[in-house]
Amino acid sequence: MFYIFCPYCDERREEEEFHPSGQAHITRPADPENCSDEEWGDYLFFRDNPRGIHHELWVHRLGCRKFFNITRDTTTYEILETYPMGERPTVTAERAGVRQEQGVQTADGGWQTVGARPENSKLNEETPS
Amino acid sequence: MSQHNRLNQGGRIDRSRSLSFTFNGQRYQGFAGDTLASALLANGVDIVNRSFKYSRPRGIIAAGADEPSAIMQLGASEAAQVPNVRATQQALYDGLVARSTNGWPSVQRDVMSWVGRLGGHLMPPGFYYKTFMAPASMWMTYEKWIRKGAGLGRSPAASDPDIYDHLNQHCDVLVIGAGPAGLGAALSAARAGARVILCDEQEEMGGSLLDSRESLDDAPAADWVAKAVAELDAMESVTLLPRTTANGYHDHNFVTLHERRTEHLADTAAGAGREGEVRSRLHRVRAEQVVLASGAHERPLVYANNDVPGNMVAGAVSTYIRRYGVVPGQKLVLTTNNDHAYRAALDWQEAGRDVVAVVDSRANPDGELVQQARDSGIRVITGSAVMEGKGNQRVSGARVVAIDTPRFVVTGSIEELDCDTIASSGGYSPVVHLASHTGKRPQWRDDLLGFVPGEVKGMHYAGGVQGIYALDESLADGARAGAEAARAGGFEAAGAMTLPAAASRRESATEALYQVPHEKTSLRAPKQFVDFQNDVTAAAIELATREGFESIEHVKRYTALGFGTDQGKLGNINGMAIAARCLHRSIPEVGTTVFRPNYTPVTFGAIVGRHCRELFDPERYTALHQWHVENGAEFEDVGQWKRPWYFPQKRRADGQERLETMHEAVARECLAVRQGVGILDASTLGKIDIQGPDAREFLGRVYTNKWAKLAPGRVRYGVMCKDDGMVMDDGTTSCLGDNHFLMTTTTGGAASVLEWLELWHQTEWPELQVYFNSVTDHWATITVTGPEARKLFSEVTDIDLDREQFKFMDWREGRVAGVPARVFRISFTGELAFEINVQANYALHVWKTLFAHGEKYDLTPYGTETMHVLRAEKGLIIAGQDTDGSVTPEDLGMHWAVGYDKPFAWIGKRALNRPDTAREDRKQLVGLKPKDPKVVLEEGAQIVLDPDQAIPMTMMGHVTSSYYSPVLESGFALAVLKGGRKRMGETVYLPMSNGTTHEAEVVSTIFVDPKGERQNV
Repeated sequence: MFYIFCPYCDERREEEEFHPSGQAHITRPADPENCSDEEWGDYLFFRDNPRGIHHELWVHRLGCRKFFNITRDTTTYEILETYPMGERPTVTAERAGVRQEQGVQTADGGWQTVGARPENSKLNEETPS
Repeated sequence: MSQHNRLNQGGRIDRSRSLSFTFNGQRYQGFAGDTLASALLANGVDIVNRSFKYSRPRGIIAAGADEPSAIMQLGASEAAQVPNVRATQQALYDGLVARSTNGWPSVQRDVMSWVGRLGGHLMPPGFYYKTFMAPASMWMTYEKWIRKGAGLGRSPAASDPDIYDHLNQHCDVLVIGAGPAGLGAALSAARAGARVILCDEQEEMGGSLLDSRESLDDAPAADWVAKAVAELDAMESVTLLPRTTANGYHDHNFVTLHERRTEHLADTAAGAGREGEVRSRLHRVRAEQVVLASGAHERPLVYANNDVPGNMVAGAVSTYIRRYGVVPGQKLVLTTNNDHAYRAALDWQEAGRDVVAVVDSRANPDGELVQQARDSGIRVITGSAVMEGKGNQRVSGARVVAIDTPRFVVTGSIEELDCDTIASSGGYSPVVHLASHTGKRPQWRDDLLGFVPGEVKGMHYAGGVQGIYALDESLADGARAGAEAARAGGFEAAGAMTLPAAASRRESATEALYQVPHEKTSLRAPKQFVDFQNDVTAAAIELATREGFESIEHVKRYTALGFGTDQGKLGNINGMAIAARCLHRSIPEVGTTVFRPNYTPVTFGAIVGRHCRELFDPERYTALHQWHVENGAEFEDVGQWKRPWYFPQKRRADGQERLETMHEAVARECLAVRQGVGILDASTLGKIDIQGPDAREFLGRVYTNKWAKLAPGRVRYGVMCKDDGMVMDDGTTSCLGDNHFLMTTTTGGAASVLEWLELWHQTEWPELQVYFNSVTDHWATITVTGPEARKLFSEVTDIDLDREQFKFMDWREGRVAGVPARVFRISFTGELAFEINVQANYALHVWKTLFAHGEKYDLTPYGTETMHVLRAEKGLIIAGQDTDGSVTPEDLGMHWAVGYDKPFAWIGKRALNRPDTAREDRKQLVGLKPKDPKVVLEEGAQIVLDPDQAIPMTMMGHVTSSYYSPVLESGFALAVLKGGRKRMGETVYLPMSNGTTHEAEVVSTIFVDPKGERQNV
């Protein structure tokens, strides 16, 4: 059972509080009316199933109810980072080694590498009033 | 029979406390501190079970979790039955009742053993599959008898009287195993300031130190154990869990511990004088760091007849003598490939019994223990091994022969030694189980002749589990691992730990011997057992490799090596070594299988904890639940909700009073709503409060229809699609104010719709200012519906109910029965209806006030079944019943609810333009009227056009909702049918599984009041 760091609650909680929502960073075509059936089908139905690093969308369903992203290794189940909506992952399949070089902050106990705080904090504010 | 194998002194038992127990109906005595196994051995009980496949007599082989054969069924009463208990792990208590799990009519005289003896060669691996293959339909019958013949215990037929708990725990360092390495690790981590949990599966902490010949600080090792445990016990940051097995290691250092709190005292908590206390606990530990100090299991050597009672692993012999004061025989032959096993011979001799010989496979063993044995006058036969045990019910001799290990042949003549016990040792296998539970493969080490655990993040290894067996090294390794784990958790030790002084011994190297060569081939020699629990022999593994099973995973599945509750504790490495020899590969090339949780069996009680009976799944009650109960409602589960299904009333017929059937009750309730007035508790409907300046825009994007012009005070029905254009949920949404809406969802969809709204807001449109909150539980919903609804309702409210002032699809705020309420003129019955929302804690008051005024109108409470009939008569769908994720709004005939010209590409719009969603032959919602009005079609029944077509018939659709209508006096149904809307008036057929075929006419989905006038009055 996973131990997940919620980037909004700023702490690790048991997996039971969370719910996975599939692959992260799926963008809805900006102009659905004018995209081809193939583009629309890709958006609707096609997902990656990588062996190794995978970016996933999760929601803290029984907590703050916020959606956020997880970078997870599908072979070891290690969670390499969690980061809020609107952020990009720092650990990617292409640049898996980068996290050491950049010395990204690790959660206490070295369990889970936690993404840096959002550069643009506005993205994560509840009320951009 | 007295305890004739019991020594007069020694061991960690209390001879002043005699305990009485029964095994297979026979009464025996043991002492406090015994295990069931040590007590049985003390009493000279040789046969404790029959083997799984061949029904061979089996005795106790080991002394701990690695025991494969002494599997017991415990419990004095039916309710207290526990299967699958290892006698070696069960503490003895007064009144313990144990039975063998196998053997019929008894373990002494077992019928099946003749099958095993005569048919042994006829029962190769895969025997059952090969023999009982055909006919397939008979397998269930075969299996019943095979299982009776085999059997590994049975579950109780009566309800468990005990309670069990789950505890969620957090710690900095979890230490698994309290032997020398574990105690060292716990001490060093705790002294550094870490929060430590130390668990150990045995009755006492100390592990191998409890039966060790070694001294620590010039005192018996057990004295140091007592001191170490006392120090840990006194520390507030340390939790000690004896009788607690770490059974599963899961992702991110989540470890499940099974703590047995009363099982060592009695077979129920009450029987232990602990009435109402928890019998066992499952600790769900989230550990920052784990130190695995699970030690090693000794491997037996594989030789012919190595399963006859009297064959034991060498270390177990020492354990029984030193810890329990039991010598399990008179004359011992020890066969070994290493030095460490010599302890068994020394202990045996010191206990005053005969050591016939030590048979060592090595040519020139010269370690200190070997020398000590020779000095004590023990005969040491080198370059040889026990090739075969003699005897049927008990070992009567050992056939010893010189062997050439690398060439796997016997080289000399056979000497037969007279003995009743053969102890064997083939080296040690680190207990890597937990480290491989998450899929990490163990690594072979040639220098250790064993697998050590692979690297697992957050896990540290100490002592025997990584092949460090010498006491002084093991203690030091534990201290190191504990300090490292503490450091990784942020705790630094003040200085190096002082360790107790232990002797360091010179040992000669262990030889790589697993299976002893026999004068005959493996297939012709008497059975040489590898996995005792699953009756897997060396010949079976050899045969499997010959039949083409090359992968060790396949060999495992073909032969059952390492299956079941044993999980390969004794046999796995030997089995792999034999497979490697047959395949001409090395052991690391063959590799190992993966061990699975649980390490030892866990009772269902502990797994379930408190999550049973009414707490199995949370039940949700509406504010009116108690009233429904008091008024005799039958309930239906809708998600977690308990909803009134129907309210059966008493009826008098033929001078007798009886309750209405469901059919009668529903007919009465339906007619009451259509002709008078009915009342429904609709509180479970999902309610989502939506606020914000962009709330209206947001609604327009998630619903298929238009929301731009909905004025405060108005209500609109909306359909929600996924982006694939398929209907996901529906409901009404009311405009409470310009920036404030109340959305209702289906009862089951409440949580998922809220998450859906949050998903789109947070991921796609964070720029919209809109907020959602669930208010399902805050508002109770009471529906008053029927032609008399207005008259009744006007008596209890100050709201103007004039039909021109308060129109259909309006909502008003006012007082109902004196309390603030929102009232919605929406209808799910087709009749005039008022849905009253009041604060949940006023619900009962409002409900009762309505009944006080309703008596003269014969106000009738109705349940979900009537609600379903009424809505279906009107062709109103239930998302999830009439839709299944492949139905578009168009398929439902809801073109009117789709705003194609809305400016924003709302969810589902693009997909509704796909060619597939525009097909004319899609399944469309239609009504079905059975030709025979008495027929109520089965929901799910398939529709065909030609009932005479050969199977497989062309299926055109299926029934989604079907009921009997008391108004129509006929059955009726909703269905989805290919191209259905163009088939109005056609006849379709519904072939049933019993061979009958129903005929039905395709009709409109609206069966009652097609113009919708009744709800508008």
